[in-house]
Amino acid sequence: MQRREFLRLLALAAAAGAGLRAGQSEAQAADELYELAPFGNVSLLHITDVHAQLLPVHFREPSVNLGNGLPPHLVGEAFLKHYGIAPGSAAAHAFTHLDFESAARRYGRMGGYAHLATLVKRLRASRPHPLVLDGGDSWQGSATALWTQGADMIGAQKGLGVHYMTAHWEFTYGAERMLAAVKELAPIQFLAHNVRTLDFEEPVFAPYAIPSPNGVPIALIGQAFPYTPIAHPRHRFPDWSFGIQETRVQKLIDEVRAKGARVVVLLSHNGMDVDLKLAARVRGLDAILGGHTHDGVPAPVVVGKTLVTNAGSHGKFLGVLDLDVGAGGVRGYRYRLLPVFANLLPPDAGMAAYIERVRAPFAARLGERLARSEALLYRRGNFNGTMDELILRALMAEKDAEIAFSPGFRWGTSILPGEAITLEDVMAQTAITYPQVTVSELTGAEIKAVLEDIADNLFNADPYLQQGGDMVRVGGLTYALAPGAKSGSRISDLRLSGKPLAADRRYKVAGWAPVREGVEGEPVWDLVTRWLRAQKTVPAIEAGRPRLIGVGSNLGVP
Amino acid sequence: MNRLRRTLLAALALGLARPLAALAAWNKDAFGAKTPGDALKSLGVAGATPSKEVVIDAPEIAENGAVVPIEVSSAVPGTTALIVVIEKNPFPLASRFDFRDGALPYAKLNVKMGETSDIRVLAEAAGKYYSATKEVKVTIGGCGG
Repeated sequence: MQRREFLRLLALAAAAGAGLRAGQSEAQAADELYELAPFGNVSLLHITDVHAQLLPVHFREPSVNLGNGLPPHLVGEAFLKHYGIAPGSAAAHAFTHLDFESAARRYGRMGGYAHLATLVKRLRASRPHPLVLDGGDSWQGSATALWTQGADMIGAQKGLGVHYMTAHWEFTYGAERMLAAVKELAPIQFLAHNVRTLDFEEPVFAPYAIPSPNGVPIALIGQAFPYTPIAHPRHRFPDWSFGIQETRVQKLIDEVRAKGARVVVLLSHNGMDVDLKLAARVRGLDAILGGHTHDGVPAPVVVGKTLVTNAGSHGKFLGVLDLDVGAGGVRGYRYRLLPVFANLLPPDAGMAAYIERVRAPFAARLGERLARSEALLYRRGNFNGTMDELILRALMAEKDAEIAFSPGFRWGTSILPGEAITLEDVMAQTAITYPQVTVSELTGAEIKAVLEDIADNLFNADPYLQQGGDMVRVGGLTYALAPGAKSGSRISDLRLSGKPLAADRRYKVAGWAPVREGVEGEPVWDLVTRWLRAQKTVPAIEAGRPRLIGVGSNLGVP
Repeated sequence: MNRLRRTLLAALALGLARPLAALAAWNKDAFGAKTPGDALKSLGVAGATPSKEVVIDAPEIAENGAVVPIEVSSAVPGTTALIVVIEKNPFPLASRFDFRDGALPYAKLNVKMGETSDIRVLAEAAGKYYSATKEVKVTIGGCGG
């Protein structure tokens, strides 16, 4: 059954790719994409990693996503071929970087809560009592979310009708804000079994919930990002411990099954590779609805009896999992990862009014046009995106540094050539609670050690030892990278302006986003904003990439 | 885990785990040894058989290398001691726990780790040793997506 179902899903994905033909009206195209026949008796609608994008955005999917060449490590043409998506189609634009600029102009922006709300309402009309799940990274990634400490997004989540959420970046607002925000969330329930107090391992949040939509008891277990205290300033939530906690996941599955749950779902912020490993090591999970790694994966990966999904990012997609559940459990499923095309989904009036209201105090300031871009600016990918190159240039110029580092975040929207770069755009790349710019004197050996450490977080062969970000972005430096090499020996041939880096010489390095406590420094958005105003025009920029060693054609590279 | 913790606390209260006896028998050579081999030799361990009955519960990546919480236990019948070795620490032997008859061979402890290292735990039963190993990664942090 599973195999046949999977093939049928692939065919559906192909059908989505054929949408938006010439001569078709928007309503017809919308019907073709969004009119899903109801199936089964339980429906889960899943969004994740929206990164506080209330309005529709352009977001270029990665052209480099190194891995084993299996989902989610597929990009470009290999991605289209694997899922049978027609090149040049709307789905091809949603899921890949191919021909990004012209496809973005043709198909328009994606996501936005007013359009998402319309889609959720449309699905509700054909499905009784769907549960709406938010996988986290919803309250961070925009100026308005940062300045309201996530309150703007909480309002949007309520408007959308979210029932349950878990989290990652949310924690960076600090423990006190988290505890208050979780109260503001009501009636939305916050689930995170793997956040415990450091001293006695007491749960900080509800670990799971067992609602019964349509009379079917379904358990939802929340899994927050396991490495939150490692990836971010730990001092903001000093008493909380995280981790994957595989043993506890198993214990909770057994516990909710004993309580009568006929379906067990992990709402996860682990990242897809971690979820795939976890699914292979625990028993009794029907599905892992995942996020964190921002992989827009059209069909679930089936591990044993567990469906593993990842629902992309920035509001571009809505995952729809329909389950047919009998007395003995799940009998069948249908899954679609629906691309949210703003042009095909009229904005929901109530949500649009809410968004306008919540943005009003900031809108004029955020709309300031700082410079005009002649470049396609984007971040996502294993190595430097063009937007990172821009930030690195600004850091090196403003701090008179030889070298610059910028974090390998997977969030940050894209800007098309000819568009203005506004303050809002800069904030969409930088809006974090620890934005300080730093200048350090690091030896060549220390620089190599930093790169090795981060490379291991990305390329360690064991997914449980990966953190889910991309490689740190570097300015000034060139290097070679062997992703498959052992920890500590992946980086070589470090050069500054073509000359080998000296292990014992000190270099001036600018960076931002320090995780240590008490670091002083200008917020990076002020520095970038100042630099952009002086530039007036940003010329075309080439994305940077280290020289890759031992990377074949089947590793998620075009 | 709570049940185990309570059992351990009860065991401590009854003196079954004899922490004072362990202190009295402080093995200076073993705890001062600078390699895992020397430490184990000083404890009189000649070799150990890998065993799934020896369980290490530790984070995959340490949240704070200065305080890494680990839980160790043994289901090997007649376990009388648990030995914890952090392979790459300057002084690799972190702890030795002795258990009297009837005490559950279980301990929870915080260890300090300067770098990514294997943690090796040995259980002693009837003069034989059984072992398990788990790697804990220590990272600089930051850049988490």
